Amino acid sequence: MQRIPAKPVPALARQAAAGGGGGSSGGPGRAREALNGVLMAAPAVLLLLAFLITPFLLAFGMAFTNQRLISPNPTAYVGARNFTHLLTLRPLLLDPVLDPDSGRVVRDEAGAPTYPALRTLTRNNPDFPHLAGLRELASWQWGERRLILLASDVVFMRALGNTLLFVLVVAPTQATLALLLALLINQPLRGVNVFRTIYFMPVVISLVVVSLLWRFIYSPGGLLNSILGWLSFGAFSPVDWLGNPSTALGAIMAMSIWQGVGFHMVIWLSGLQTIPGVLYEAAEVAGANAWQKFRFVTWPGLRNTAVLVLVVITMQAFALFTQIDVMTRGGPRDATQSIVFQAVQRGFERQDIAGGSAISVVLFLLVLSVSLLQRYVTRERVR
Amino acid sequence: MTVARVVRSRRQRRNAALVRYLLLTVVALVFIFPLVFMVVSSLKPDLQLLRDIASLRAFLPVGDISFDNYLKAFERAPIGRFVFNSVFVTGSTVVLGLFFNSLAGFAFAKLRWRGRALVLSIIIATLIVPFESIAVPLLMLVNRLPWIGPGGFSIGWLNTYHVQIVPFIADALSIFLFVQFFKDLPDEMIEAARIDGASWWQVYTKVIVPLSGPVFATAAILKFLAMYNMYLWPLMVAQGETYRPVMVGLQYFFQLNIAWGEVMAYLSLITVPVLVFYLFLQRAFIESIAATGVKG
Repeated sequence: MQRIPAKPVPALARQAAAGGGGGSSGGPGRAREALNGVLMAAPAVLLLLAFLITPFLLAFGMAFTNQRLISPNPTAYVGARNFTHLLTLRPLLLDPVLDPDSGRVVRDEAGAPTYPALRTLTRNNPDFPHLAGLRELASWQWGERRLILLASDVVFMRALGNTLLFVLVVAPTQATLALLLALLINQPLRGVNVFRTIYFMPVVISLVVVSLLWRFIYSPGGLLNSILGWLSFGAFSPVDWLGNPSTALGAIMAMSIWQGVGFHMVIWLSGLQTIPGVLYEAAEVAGANAWQKFRFVTWPGLRNTAVLVLVVITMQAFALFTQIDVMTRGGPRDATQSIVFQAVQRGFERQDIAGGSAISVVLFLLVLSVSLLQRYVTRERVR
Repeated sequence: MTVARVVRSRRQRRNAALVRYLLLTVVALVFIFPLVFMVVSSLKPDLQLLRDIASLRAFLPVGDISFDNYLKAFERAPIGRFVFNSVFVTGSTVVLGLFFNSLAGFAFAKLRWRGRALVLSIIIATLIVPFESIAVPLLMLVNRLPWIGPGGFSIGWLNTYHVQIVPFIADALSIFLFVQFFKDLPDEMIEAARIDGASWWQVYTKVIVPLSGPVFATAAILKFLAMYNMYLWPLMVAQGETYRPVMVGLQYFFQLNIAWGEVMAYLSLITVPVLVFYLFLQRAFIESIAATGVKG
């Protein structure tokens, strides 16, 4: 985009005008200018107030109620109940069952210790009131004992875990690949713009279209399996990428990276193009090799771009929804649940506005704290 | 330098370039193969389509090629209606958005009024609120809003065009882009126009807008992509087929046994026009994305 250089003159002109230079810029002129400013900004500002800020505040308000989309009962304040339901996690260490006569651990046929059934503890057990209604989220073996993580909202916890994993994998991978592509494209080669155009293509396609297309490509008899078959000369046995809990989230991550990497390549490219060529010439004169040029010229020049890319990717990754809705709807066995998918499931499909709002608030606070953290970390490095 | 050395270094350079082109091409294949597969598959009957996946024929328009899938897709779903809805919703939002956001951008960048810095910083702060986190409360809000239209007075905006347009006219990113661009326009021109007796409205229409083609193009492209590709919101608010845009219309093709040929036809139909548009204007598209980066 074209930029017009800085302008010391207008500032002076402005001061002169403000100093009562007469003419059209006097007292009534200032008042008219202010009135015009307010009137011109008003439509957009009011629209943002109504459709962005109001729902944002409503989310916070309704998260503390039992609001439903349509309900015969009046809305009531319920305190932090929605949040405690979403976020309660308790570890539990279970001792193996002991034989009452011998005092030895009771073992099953395979020799593994047996444990008391969880539901005897979580259902109507007066000795463990804090466990009431909780369900098993995950468990680990700890010697003879068993460590169990209990949650009151197992599906939401899986959604939270999957989304965090998605962000942790997609953000660095996509940012790195995008940078590599940008470096590849940023060479003085003929026809390089053709490649830039191709790499960017998936970005202009709707995520819905991309997701449905890849759902077909990932299917057991699909294109990915046959390509892997050709590349391995038939040694590869087909996988149901989206139907298998251990590959589904990974498959969605790979597709998301494929779709969005061109977007961030372009942002990196615009960062690369702000680095003056003189610096590279100087580095060359000093005898720097390609890696040294990247390390000491390119990378320092990309610091601001890096912060931006990271913040934008993280926000996009936290908003994971369309891929899930089109490809797996949270399955198989909750392996691809995501925060936004759960918010929509509850707030829209089950019309539980309060539950959906509470999830929205959790999402917003997550995004906010992560982006503040990113800013803090990157600011420290500059010092 | 001897002739032999010159020849060798030239050859080395040519080899290095060849390696780079090879790398660029392999990467390009990764990005392009699903799209070729989509368009080619849309021309094949389902049986052949599934059989061809096993070989390179998946990428070649060979065998029984026809537009049957397109005809069948049109029979299955009111595609014309969906396309009209998408074009209408996207078009109105882009046009109204360009107008109101640029007007606000002008007011923030060039006019002096109390509170403008504060309001602008609040607007920019909202950039970190993901739309997904306000979708559910927004749904409840629009469900209770009144509307006066040709059909009279009504409560609740669900299943209408305006529920897909009005909330998205103003957006913080567009305002931000306009403010950044307008700030760089020289104040002298505005002063001169004012001294000649132009009103602020005339300054906007006669001075600012004619000079700001690039930023209008950027904002229009970003808004077009966001609106045309929108999925979550129309999924929630446009339940009947009357107001559905193309992206939500896809659900007509989620049957128990998905007819993939028809799905690929529908996907091609709603994607290829955008791709063609992009290929013609690729510089403008890419620069508009870059613009969101440089200014951040």
